Amino acid sequence: MIFTQPVLEGNRLSISRLLTQVENDSPDGRIALAELFPHTGKAHLIGVTGAPGTGKSSLVNQLTLYYRKQNKKIAIIAVDPSSPFTGGAVLGDRVRMRDLSGDEGVFIRSMASRGSVGGLAQTTASFTQVFDAAGFDIIIIETVGAGQSEVDIARLAHTTIVVEAPGLGDDIQAIKAGILEIADVLVVNKADRPGVENTERALRSTLELAHPTKRVFRHHGQTMSIDAPESDAKIWIPPINKTISTDGKGIPELADSIAKHIAHLRQSGDWALRDRARLGSELDAVLQEELVNRFFERVQKDEYDSVVDKVLNRKISPYEAVKLLLNGNSEQEQ
Amino acid sequence: MTDKKIRVLVAKPGLDGHDRGAKVVARALRDAGMEVIYTGLRQTPEMIAEAALHEDVDVVGLSILSGAHMALAPRILELLKANGQSDVKVFIGGIVPDEDAPRLKEMGITGIYGPGASTEDIVKDIRAAIK
Repeated sequence: MIFTQPVLEGNRLSISRLLTQVENDSPDGRIALAELFPHTGKAHLIGVTGAPGTGKSSLVNQLTLYYRKQNKKIAIIAVDPSSPFTGGAVLGDRVRMRDLSGDEGVFIRSMASRGSVGGLAQTTASFTQVFDAAGFDIIIIETVGAGQSEVDIARLAHTTIVVEAPGLGDDIQAIKAGILEIADVLVVNKADRPGVENTERALRSTLELAHPTKRVFRHHGQTMSIDAPESDAKIWIPPINKTISTDGKGIPELADSIAKHIAHLRQSGDWALRDRARLGSELDAVLQEELVNRFFERVQKDEYDSVVDKVLNRKISPYEAVKLLLNGNSEQEQ
Repeated sequence: MTDKKIRVLVAKPGLDGHDRGAKVVARALRDAGMEVIYTGLRQTPEMIAEAALHEDVDVVGLSILSGAHMALAPRILELLKANGQSDVKVFIGGIVPDEDAPRLKEMGITGIYGPGASTEDIVKDIRAAIK
């Protein structure tokens, strides 16, 4: 069944069914996605990432409560890991979002990562398109508990929030490449815990290393570019927000930082750039998958197996094997 | 490419705070390769039906130890139906007196499991009910 029309009308059962079709890559799901695509591009995508236990789900819960007061329709995509052994998953993010139930303006969908390693599932981007077309104003994507390199979210979201909590590591963690680099907004959650100043200081010094020209400017106690001189308007320095997501402290300030980031994206032209990068990388992913599928449609199973055997026997390297397979005839090249 | 995963909502309606059973079952279903959406304690029937709708689950597993199953089960079935999800199979685990079981099945509950039930049976029954 193709759900394009009811999804455009915001029918919740149809949205839910379509998401399942998309997740399972069904032909009907692909048709609906294609038909919905022209209706996308309106929603603001906010990514929330960070280590397990930093309080991402609770933060999403509070942020959503805040946005609901402004009457924005919110979709939440919460990704949790699949077991690498059984493919099963326990998706537990809803536990922290019970305040949101009973509100028709909120749609929460849990997703298993199904073997993807970048912090999202393969079809998370398509999920955002479904919600976008269905008229949700803001789509919050919560990644799996991320370590250091689960950075796919930065490619998908307009605004990426990286959540830290006190006591997770010293300042050398903060200068490593990876997750901190992708932050548009930094959050130190659990700000009622001891050590919050240290975490904040480590993050701040990281930012100073990354943006040396802005140092003077930050001494005025203002981390953000709202009061920036004209010439600096193009540089965005991630603000650091302290929150306590169990009771909602710091949430309005966080929402304010997000709003400033959106304004910055639109003003600087980065919004269009990010959209282009995002859709480009989505295109690449689909292209790769399709090329691999086409290849396997063409190649004979026994031919493929014989090449794997050669690799296994150390007769040829994987690179040579690929050459053989792509050139069609594995015997010829010997 | 991907095969259809069985999605199960494990929910704990009512007011008692004993969620060990629900967690054991959630874990067992995970190990059987299913995707389990775990919602935690003290869920109202409305919250459960809403979660089932958002998550497009195939199965709802209810853990009920409070004795309120004869009130909670029909309410949840009714809400699922109202949302267009009468095809969702509902299982109950917990403390259900034998004499209540036939009536629950009549209402449309697919399976009922008491203390000592094997998780293997639960997995097998869910697979059979979904097909």
